[in-house]
Amino acid sequence: MSLELKNVRKNYREPNGHDLPVLDIPHFKLETGEQAALVGSSGGGKTTLLNVISGITKPDSGEVLIDDIEITRLPEAGRDRFRAERIGFVFQTFNLLPAFTAFENVLLGMSFARGKADRSHAKQLLESVGLGHRLTHKPAQLSVGEQQRVAIARSLANRPSLLLADEPTASVDPANQETILKLIGEICREHNVSLLLVTHSPEIATQFDRTIPLQEFNKVLQNV
Amino acid sequence: MNLFTIALKSIRQRLLASSLTALSVALGVALMIAVLIANTVVSKTFDLQGFGYDLIVGPQGSELDLVLNTVYRIAPPIENLPYRYYEELKENKHIGIAVPIALGDSTEQGNFPILGTTVEYFAVEYAQGKKFRTSAEWPNGKWESVIGSSVARENNWKIGDEFKMVHAGQDDHVHDEKFKIVGILEATATPNDRTVFVNLNGFYAIAGHEKPIQEAIDREVEFFGETEAEVRAYHAADLKEMEAHAGHDHSGHDHAHHHDHATPDLQKEVTAILVRMKEDPKNPTLAQSRAIEFSADLKEGFKAQAVNPIRPMQRLMTYLVGNVRLILINLTAIIIVVSGVSIFVSIYNSMSERKREIAIMRALGADRMAVFSIIITESIILCLAGAILGILLGHGLIMFASPILEARTGLSIDPFVFDPMELTIIPVMIGLAALVGFIPGLTAYRTDVAENLSS
Ligand SMILES: Nc1ncnc2c1ncn2[C@@H]1O[C@H](COP(=O)(O)OP(=O)(O)O)[C@@H](O)[C@H]1O
Ligand SMILES: [Mg+2]
Repeated sequence: MSLELKNVRKNYREPNGHDLPVLDIPHFKLETGEQAALVGSSGGGKTTLLNVISGITKPDSGEVLIDDIEITRLPEAGRDRFRAERIGFVFQTFNLLPAFTAFENVLLGMSFARGKADRSHAKQLLESVGLGHRLTHKPAQLSVGEQQRVAIARSLANRPSLLLADEPTASVDPANQETILKLIGEICREHNVSLLLVTHSPEIATQFDRTIPLQEFNKVLQNV
Repeated sequence: MNLFTIALKSIRQRLLASSLTALSVALGVALMIAVLIANTVVSKTFDLQGFGYDLIVGPQGSELDLVLNTVYRIAPPIENLPYRYYEELKENKHIGIAVPIALGDSTEQGNFPILGTTVEYFAVEYAQGKKFRTSAEWPNGKWESVIGSSVARENNWKIGDEFKMVHAGQDDHVHDEKFKIVGILEATATPNDRTVFVNLNGFYAIAGHEKPIQEAIDREVEFFGETEAEVRAYHAADLKEMEAHAGHDHSGHDHAHHHDHATPDLQKEVTAILVRMKEDPKNPTLAQSRAIEFSADLKEGFKAQAVNPIRPMQRLMTYLVGNVRLILINLTAIIIVVSGVSIFVSIYNSMSERKREIAIMRALGADRMAVFSIIITESIILCLAGAILGILLGHGLIMFASPILEARTGLSIDPFVFDPMELTIIPVMIGLAALVGFIPGLTAYRTDVAENLSS
């Protein structure tokens, strides 16, 4: 999988009516199978960038190409479908639906893609994140670290080619941060998934192939 | 996992609120069902379209009372007609069948109406194409009786059993004479099921059922517009016989007397006469027009009326029962709408705490239509569950209430009667569900993913 951004701009409108530029990225590229850590201070636009890549947020201009498909040209429902089938997503916290068990949360990840839910694949994924014995636990019965592992398993449910992780260890206790990051790295390598992981902690970033400071390619941050 | 399962999950997540709203729908629907069934049964019961007779002849007074008394046995008799009038009708050249009916007493056990009649009664269809059937005999003998199926069941009476009757009136006098059951009628789903039929001669032979002589003469004078001499001349033979027995003790309980001698016609009365006009195979409407003519004639002459029973019942249905039904159906419809609103409130209130969940699903690739559909599906599940529960509950309600109602009114209600309108409840409820789910669904549709993921 390759990811490429060209001339992507995103402004937010502030309550006072002024435009707040958040992203201005002339070019950004992530190679197939590459694992990159995106670092930058809080409010720098990291989350916005991930949302633009995943098609949740439409940039004001520019192109986002994933495997040479220009997703910025797709209609919203098309981007949703693309996201369902090709992109895995792990957020900072509360990734899971409280009414669903760990296993069902993984199945839910399969619900919005074409094709039938592959239950054995769901089970395998939970086993590979070390939660084979927690299938029927509800999120409330799991620790934050375990919840994040379920979220990681779920993000790979549809065999995506790109995994986006937005500060996945921010709410996890320090002792577990390491293991979870390792897990993400390993599982992506194992399934041949490209990884773009956002963090504001430079130490975490060193674990991955490439560390990219956001200000390096986001011109909004350079002008300040 | 499809949208239905997802919707079901989130309903289970809020099980108490969900069940309560579904229950409120169920109660509304149950009431609607109960009204519909009760109405179906009442309409069926009061529909005399297939009634085997053209006319009911009875004393002048309320037409409705006459029908309620004669057919349904739920109103007290207005008054009586002289037996002689029945005999005259039998001879009327336009009348095919005339069946006398004497009502007023009831059984000691179970308080079922007792109807004295002749076996001709059972020869006429009780409803379109339906004939009476007895398990054994017809009440040909003077002290013989056949009983309706409900009477047999509720009183646990069998062939060969004997019973006494209670005289209608304030004294509640129990007659000493006993009738013997010689047959049990097959169920008819008409008031006949709750009636005890006795041989008319036995009915007259019961002490106190014969009208005192002078009273009877005065009655005929008034009724036929004759002089006393004319009445006496008409009954000369009977009167002579009675004089011969004048020394006999009438006051005691000398039943042998009644067994030995038939009651003189002068002292007999009938409550009503069921009349079927003579039919002409070549002219099928002739009986109808003869009936109309006959009842028009009666209006002028005697102190009697001939009523086509269909019409007062139809009036009752359209003007009273029909309006009551309309009011009840509208009330229950309002209840259902209110319960629909409660579903709306329940789902709508949950929306703010579910924005995060919706955003997660969107991030997993659900499109706007999918999350909209999940909410609508939830609403439909709640409404449908409520509707189905309500339909069951409604029939259950009727099942529970029907014995009580039957005991009180004699109207039997089959709890499993199905009103076709029940079928429309399901699509209507789906429509209601879509309606009340629309606004919460729209909230889901519009949920901003980025904003709700970061919060
Ligand atoms: N919906 C929004 N409307 C207006 N401003 C926003 C909105 N979302 C984010 N912002 C602003 O955009 C900037 C970037 O936010 P974000 O992408 O969440 O940064 P990061 O994830 O790096 O902390 C912040 O200053 C934030 O306040
Ligand atoms: Mg962020």
